[in-house]
Amino acid sequence: MKDILQELEGRREVARLGGGERRINSQHAKGKLTARERIELLLDEGSFEEFDMFKAHRCTDFGMEQERPAGDGVITGWGTINGRMVYVFSQDFTVFGGSLSETHAEKICKIQDMAVQNGAPVIGLNDSGGARIQEGVASLAGYAEVFQRNIMASGVVPQISVIMGPCAGGAVYSPAMTDFIFMVKDSSYMFVTGPDVVKTVTNEVVTAEELGGASTHTKKSSVADGAFENDIEAMTEVRRLVDFLPLNNREKPPVRPFFDLPGRVEESLDTLIPENPNTPYDMKELILKVADEGDFYEIQEDYAKNIITGFMRLEGQTVGVVANQPMVLAGCLDIDSSRKAARFVRFCDAFEIPILTLVDVPGFLPGTSQEYGGVIKHGAKLLFAYGEATVPKVTVITRKAYGGAYDVMASKHLRGDFNYAWPTAEIAVMGAKGATEIIHRADLGDADKIEAHTKDYEDRFANPFVAAERGFIDEVIMPHSTRKRVSRAFASLRNKKLQNPWKKHDNIPL
Amino acid sequence: MFDKILIANRGEIACRVIKTARKMGIKTVAIYSDADRQALHVKMADEAVHIGPPPANQSYIVIDKVMDAIRQTGAQAVHPGYGFLSENSRFAEALEAEGVAFVGPPKGAIEAMGDKITSKKIAQDAKVSTVPGYMGLIEDAEEAVKISNEIGYPVMIKASAGGGGKGMRIAWNDTEAREGFQSSKNEAANSFGDDRIFIEKFVTQPRHIEIQVLCDAHGNGIYLNERECSIQRRNQKVVEEAPSPFLDEATRKAMGEQSVALAKAVGYTSAGTVEFIVDGDKNFYFLEMNTRLQVEHPVTELITGVDLVEQMIRVANGEPLSITQDDVGINGWAIENRVYAEDPYRNFLPSIGRLTRYRPPAEVAAGPMLENGKWADDAIEGTTAVRNDTGVYEGGEISMYYDPMIAKLCTWAPTRDEAIEAMRIALDSFELEGIGHNLPFVAAVMDHPIFIKGDMTTAFIEEQYPDGFEGVTLGEEDTRRVAAACAAMYRVAEIRRTRVSGRMDNHERKVGDDWVVDVAGTSVALTIDADRAGSTVNFNDGGSLRVTSDWTPGDQLATLTVGDKPLVLKVGKAPGGFRIRTRGADMRVAVRSPRQAELAAHMIEKLPPDTSKMLLCPMPGLIVNVAVQAGDEVQEGQALCTVEAMKMENILRAEKKGVVSKINAAAGDSLAVDDVIMEFE
Repeated sequence: MKDILQELEGRREVARLGGGERRINSQHAKGKLTARERIELLLDEGSFEEFDMFKAHRCTDFGMEQERPAGDGVITGWGTINGRMVYVFSQDFTVFGGSLSETHAEKICKIQDMAVQNGAPVIGLNDSGGARIQEGVASLAGYAEVFQRNIMASGVVPQISVIMGPCAGGAVYSPAMTDFIFMVKDSSYMFVTGPDVVKTVTNEVVTAEELGGASTHTKKSSVADGAFENDIEAMTEVRRLVDFLPLNNREKPPVRPFFDLPGRVEESLDTLIPENPNTPYDMKELILKVADEGDFYEIQEDYAKNIITGFMRLEGQTVGVVANQPMVLAGCLDIDSSRKAARFVRFCDAFEIPILTLVDVPGFLPGTSQEYGGVIKHGAKLLFAYGEATVPKVTVITRKAYGGAYDVMASKHLRGDFNYAWPTAEIAVMGAKGATEIIHRADLGDADKIEAHTKDYEDRFANPFVAAERGFIDEVIMPHSTRKRVSRAFASLRNKKLQNPWKKHDNIPL
Repeated sequence: MFDKILIANRGEIACRVIKTARKMGIKTVAIYSDADRQALHVKMADEAVHIGPPPANQSYIVIDKVMDAIRQTGAQAVHPGYGFLSENSRFAEALEAEGVAFVGPPKGAIEAMGDKITSKKIAQDAKVSTVPGYMGLIEDAEEAVKISNEIGYPVMIKASAGGGGKGMRIAWNDTEAREGFQSSKNEAANSFGDDRIFIEKFVTQPRHIEIQVLCDAHGNGIYLNERECSIQRRNQKVVEEAPSPFLDEATRKAMGEQSVALAKAVGYTSAGTVEFIVDGDKNFYFLEMNTRLQVEHPVTELITGVDLVEQMIRVANGEPLSITQDDVGINGWAIENRVYAEDPYRNFLPSIGRLTRYRPPAEVAAGPMLENGKWADDAIEGTTAVRNDTGVYEGGEISMYYDPMIAKLCTWAPTRDEAIEAMRIALDSFELEGIGHNLPFVAAVMDHPIFIKGDMTTAFIEEQYPDGFEGVTLGEEDTRRVAAACAAMYRVAEIRRTRVSGRMDNHERKVGDDWVVDVAGTSVALTIDADRAGSTVNFNDGGSLRVTSDWTPGDQLATLTVGDKPLVLKVGKAPGGFRIRTRGADMRVAVRSPRQAELAAHMIEKLPPDTSKMLLCPMPGLIVNVAVQAGDEVQEGQALCTVEAMKMENILRAEKKGVVSKINAAAGDSLAVDDVIMEFE
């Protein structure tokens, strides 16, 4: 009997070593942790329960049958993050370079199925050379099985991908369909075709880092939602993100004890809006002063900075924030910012996360590059996302809300629940100068007249009261009481019930 | 007594004067420029009058506009504060012409003392000890070099109308004399509209010690001891204290009596300051007399209990002094730190912008100033005093138009050591964000052995921080104290995280007691034994500290007791720990489980990109000129370009010999911080 028990320990011992000490050391030398070490950091201490530790591949080609390591290059299982259940897979670069075989895929599929059934997020830690070429189409089939489950899980449980090494070719499409992708700076890259193929086909010379490193994907392509300095920080910050997210689409977002008065007054917000309407200010200051304990988890911080997206808490409960950033491109909407915000709004709506929208938008960015790029349809994504969202929606207009962009930014007309404006708000079709030049075209030659007309237009429309008179603004609020008002608004919406008509699915302008 | 007084100034000094006027039952009128619409002095005053656009030469120093404001409001007296019109005899004259009282000396005294050359002659006549120098006006740079050689280097080149460090340069050789003459002249012309320059001997091992005098219109004059202002940067005072740790009673008396004699010689009334330079043998030389209230006057008030602003107003009202020389004592010790909007890590370059967070330490009244009435209604009473004279508030703006001083933080205690200790805590408790500021630097000065001993000279900053200020690295004991505090705080935050909703019942996370704290690269392993009242932190290598605090997660200021001593930390967010600022140090602190710490050892430290071969723009500003071209070989110290920010021309120099490879900016360009101006091969 004792021998059998010992055999289990012995087998576990071997499985835990993965690709062996030499490869582990090589992983460490690159500043990377092993698949198991990453899981240790990601989950609560001692909470990980592994599945399929002894699963091995079935390939018999190219002498593969000679080497059948236990686990087959991926570690799967479940555990807890601050006591809440999550499923996790972690690819082991020390075993066949983390390459994906049919069995490797089966292991991932198993936890994806369990996650959907049991209503818990899936976190994938990607560190893989790609398909296991020796297996041919079986490996490709494995990918597709994973993809199909990514799709089915989408909107049911949160899916988070962390790219912690290579992720190339077909492998990129599983992360691509998850809710969030994070990368580790300098040690991860993602691309569909690598630098060698790029060179052959297009003659471009590019490094892996330039082609698909963390900087590329967080700043240029928007494929990644964030990047971290190293493996330890990545695991710490993913834990922090999970604390914001509900476990599945049937649950309310999590609530935790908070040490911040919901009624906290911030006098300094009364001077946030500069005297000159064309002077930028930092919208992040408002976000940080409204949020519980100034805690904000930003998503896509380095991309389309003219809009800010991320999570905060109010009275301990998660709230998604979308805010125009006047510091960048005057906070206008364009293709990139619309796409960024639309995807974020849809995530929040899918997972019952209330949305706070902070508006200072002078309109859509004009220009041929925008029109040729399809700003009409991309802008419509954000409009669509807000309009279909049934979660509690609270909007605060701090300054400009001009033209179509006013409609888009969670306006009353898109079923906004609470639409607040600061006294500094200007809700109008366009800025006073532009409007005057159209209405009073005849006086264009006369600077004095135009100035007088502009002043008239400002007096009439550069305020929140015209909109308030019509009920498009529910209440004009003092900037210093924003946290209090917004917290109370969301509190009153805790039992909101709103359902869209039955449909198979909508047809958002993709 | 006057019913209404106008304060012809802005910022903290306007607020300071309003406080006293209010205490005396006098109504106050503020004046403000466009940039100051929302300023604190405007909010505090009973009435406020707008006087023009932001630049001071179109608002605060336009005599006609100030006179209009006086007429409009019917103010009977004007307090000029310091700077602006405070030492402008034409302003005093204009007031006199309209029968409005000037809270300051008669115009004759201003004129006599306002000109540094005349004042020196008068001082010599009044048997006041003076520094050797050239009294005449200097025509051009070549003459400046010639005179400098006659006096002998080092020499001080000064604007005749100057003050506050503007238009002042020290030259150690001909080149510097030439350059210094030109830049002093330019600055003087821009700042004072008077470009007269003079040159004098620069005293070595010098300390800057000044005497506060107070005279009435009835022939009475007293001195209220000295202030030591040796800690200066570019002749701009940073740290002041009263009394001086250097003077003995005999020197104090001699300096005081000469100062009063000088004041009487020019028929002085009101408060004034006679500045001396004192060498290592306690020889003192007259420098100049400031015919106004001095920035650093609070330290005198704190040790004497005399409200100088009140005295000035009473004197202006014709009252005789109610205090005699015998009434003036020295009670305890007071320190002042000037909090400037300038970035100590970037060679103290001015920083402007919005104060996103401004929470000075709570004011505490104690000592002589308490006995004589508190300076602020909301100050609590204690045994050591904290006083913060300020003109800003959270959400306010530090504009490019005026002096970058944000506040004057003062502490008072019965002894110098206690006053310094109180200052350390006060600085650690001062929350200031949104702009660069010198709090870390003055905190470092408070812990500097030379300052603690009181051995500083005016060259203190130059000598002790020759390569600029690079932040503070905590010593071993402080590191352990910070580690203990952070571990205890982090544990509290982690326990809160486990209380989130949606967790698996009966399978909750248990937060451990063993931690490894990384304080700016130093690793401290410890175990926490927590109870209801606090935590006992046991270090793995021996020793323990008790940590108590009412800190809760998210608080940006942690006031703790660590091992029976107070510790105040500014707490910022950072992955897996905190960003901690205390005692002038600014550090990342990671709090890790032993396993995390073990794995952290595999992480590769990433080095910041190499900027050593670039000239970065040190502040947001305007390029005035670029003095070199691509391909030029430059010598160490050679001027490369000039950047203007906040009205100061800053010459950027080559740090080492090299060849310019590329120039990315031209005269007239507006640059942001860290924009690359030029690159070197």
